[in-house]
Amino acid sequence: MLKYLFRRNEDIPPGTAAVFFGFSSIIWFVVGTGLGSFNAAKLAFPDFVTGSELFSFGHMRQVHVLAVIFGWISMAFAMAMMYITPALGNTKLWSEKLGVWNCFLWNVGLSLGLTLLWFGMTSGREYSDFPWAIDLYIAAFIALPMALNVWMTILKRRTQGIYTTNWFFGAGVFMVTIVFIVGNSPEFFNLTGLSEAYLTWWFAHNVLGLWITPIAAAIAYYTVPKVTGNPLYSHRIGHLHFWSVVVFYSTPAAHHLMSAPLPEWLKSFASVEGVLILVPAIAFVSNLLLTMTGKWHMFVENVEIKYTITGVMLAIPLNMQGGFQQTRAINWYIHGTGWIVAHAHLALLGFSTFLEAAAVYYGLQTILRRKLYSLALANFHFWFLLIGFAIYWISMTIAGLIQGAGKIYEVPYIDVVIAEHPYMIARWIGGTMVFTGNIVWLYNMYMTAKAGTEIPEGRLPHELAYER
Amino acid sequence: MAFREYKIGSRLFGVALGGSMVITLYMPTVDMTSVAVTEMGLTKQLSYGRIGGFSYEDPFLRGDGKPKTVVLNKDPKTNEPIETVQAFVYEAGTPFPSGINHPRTLGPGATELSTAQGRIEEANHDNGAVFVISRATHNGETVNYIENASATRGWQPSQVLNAAGDANTHLIGSGKIMFVREGCWWCHTLLPEQTQDWQYFGIPPRLGDYNGESPTAFGSDRKAPDLLHVGSRNASKEWMMMHFFNPRLVQPHSIMPRYDYLWGENDADGKAIDYDAWRTAYNDYAHGKTVIPPDVPNYAADSEIRYLIDFIMSLK
Ligand code: HEC
Ligand code: HEM
Repeated sequence: MLKYLFRRNEDIPPGTAAVFFGFSSIIWFVVGTGLGSFNAAKLAFPDFVTGSELFSFGHMRQVHVLAVIFGWISMAFAMAMMYITPALGNTKLWSEKLGVWNCFLWNVGLSLGLTLLWFGMTSGREYSDFPWAIDLYIAAFIALPMALNVWMTILKRRTQGIYTTNWFFGAGVFMVTIVFIVGNSPEFFNLTGLSEAYLTWWFAHNVLGLWITPIAAAIAYYTVPKVTGNPLYSHRIGHLHFWSVVVFYSTPAAHHLMSAPLPEWLKSFASVEGVLILVPAIAFVSNLLLTMTGKWHMFVENVEIKYTITGVMLAIPLNMQGGFQQTRAINWYIHGTGWIVAHAHLALLGFSTFLEAAAVYYGLQTILRRKLYSLALANFHFWFLLIGFAIYWISMTIAGLIQGAGKIYEVPYIDVVIAEHPYMIARWIGGTMVFTGNIVWLYNMYMTAKAGTEIPEGRLPHELAYER
Repeated sequence: MAFREYKIGSRLFGVALGGSMVITLYMPTVDMTSVAVTEMGLTKQLSYGRIGGFSYEDPFLRGDGKPKTVVLNKDPKTNEPIETVQAFVYEAGTPFPSGINHPRTLGPGATELSTAQGRIEEANHDNGAVFVISRATHNGETVNYIENASATRGWQPSQVLNAAGDANTHLIGSGKIMFVREGCWWCHTLLPEQTQDWQYFGIPPRLGDYNGESPTAFGSDRKAPDLLHVGSRNASKEWMMMHFFNPRLVQPHSIMPRYDYLWGENDADGKAIDYDAWRTAYNDYAHGKTVIPPDVPNYAADSEIRYLIDFIMSLK
């Protein structure tokens, strides 16, 4: 890949940036979940690897979180944008060279940022933990080049309309850039106090709401019609989804701070807007499930559809839970407990990861023009991910309910810690299954690139039979 | 051409996103900055200094460039006994907190009093300054404000530090850095919840308690007791030492990590700490081979654990 950095744009084969991004994202996925599993082990067995500053929980936790968000999820998004945006515009990526550089600088910057974090150089703000110098780097060398490539490709399209996926892509790269810069402004300008705390959560909320959720959904809007051959059930519902994301998802940031002394009107407002997130959620889920009409056999037979539809279905509990847990009636019970950690993994490891994994599976086969090496390994990956995630989610939800009960009944804290112990072990086992599945995936994709059957001209990957 | 549609669409998009930002950013900020800082808020910002995370003065988060908090019971200039007062010493070069640099952020009343009576604008970064918290009435309300004691009482940083002595000097600002760097806030909150658990952990914070603090680090995830008032629950330094060196010494079921590495290389007497020997002795104890655990070394006066314990004990 690196050899293309200094080639002329015309000499770089189309799709190079997407392949580069695709493999980078899988590697970050392996690294990130490995770190997650390590952290989980520490919470279950506190004396596992001790006595070293670098391997203490407080130094490792944020490295896991930012590795999976900026490494796995966001790079998988970039990979999807680099091949889906041109495909939907019937054109080439605006600049393949910019894409390759984008990916290179992304890997360099993220590795650097995570290393600094690991050594303790943090801004002390959850999700915007990177020191401000790294924030500026991310805005200038990661977000902007990606946004530029996506917009220019959409402008240079050779189709008349713009398909749903591309609205989301075009708006998403814009919104994430704004959110990133505004959300980190406390570090640039030394804002302090509650305004700073609130901006921290404004950032965290909007990165999920205006970047991760809509882009993951946009990918599904492409994968399902493309692979099943059915047209999207309804563009109108797509419109509803898009606009309600912009209006409703961008407003409830304060629901993360329900027990902090924020102005009361803000909390009530956030709580109501948070329930309204069900509008885009229901629009999205129903639109895609209805697109599947007549093709449900592919849910079992086809790898990409299996992943995508599982992700779409996980959006149902995710949004139900999200809408209700942030109302004042419920939030006081589960705030700050493992329940929230379970919810975070339902959103990122459940819902969004499954959608992105499908995009990476499909994209790599399409661009490399090679059929997936092994269906068996893909199924192994799928089930390890799903079962591992389920164990994670169930155990942390139970742990959260125990903590919630501990809060109101004023149980001595240590008794809560003791009661949670079995669930901490279960979470570690579940997470380690996810990690194991990912290693298998990396191998499978590597073998696909090397030894997958070549796809003849004019055929699509899903039209060929699996061989192993 | 179908372009018209996108023209309208993109304008609507701008209106929607802009409107959302007005409601969720502009309006709350106006509200939050219109609140006067409380005594707790002043104490926090004066004892923590400018920034508690990554900054110019302290890029590696070692606790550099932070003020010192001292307790005085005699006037450092005249040596006359005075009523006990907490003073915040900013030695030459130590960056001032946000309230001194931008008095406006102190909120109504406190801004006016701090500039007029407290003379904070005379504080000079190159010479350093000493601040105390004072109280006066403003428009019929009692307001806490910052007094620049270097200007009003002629107290100089070195004088104050000498008068107080090391035993009465607390490196709270550097300790906050340790708290942030070591990720204590991934497990502990600094936010008893308004709903119910404040009955156990003490009163929840108020709006003005945060003016000038950065980062607030009150945490989102509670895997351990809230610490906002831990200093009034447990004031034993010996307990803290054992607990930080190895939490399982005092609480066998704890999942808190060991922070023995914060002791650094040498103990209070300058002798090298032999961690391997300590761990071997501890393992024997943990496996029931010995009855008494090894002693926790006394920490050096400039060790990171001193900072951290000073900070934790200040959470009253
Ligand atoms: C992995 C989670 C975790 C981390 C990280 C952690 N702690 Fe703890 N801490 C606990 C648990 C659990 C308890 C309750 C059991 C006990 O007393 O050890 C506790 C107890 C405490 C207590 C006693 C609280 C009381 O109510 O008496 C203090 C003080 C404390 N921790 C300070 C810290 C500091 C300072 C740090 C950072 C250097 C830190 N902790 C990091 C989990 C953690
Ligand atoms: C794509 C996969 C994953 C994503 C996107 C992800 C994301 C996250 C996020 C956002 C958090 C912060 C949660 C919060 O503050 O509420 C988190 C915490 C955590 N994750 Fe993951 N995660 C993933 C996989 C895993 C795996 C496989 C494990 C292995 C067990 C794991 C273990 C943990 C642990 C232990 C924490 C800390 C929880 C705590 O502090 O209580 N994660 N992760």
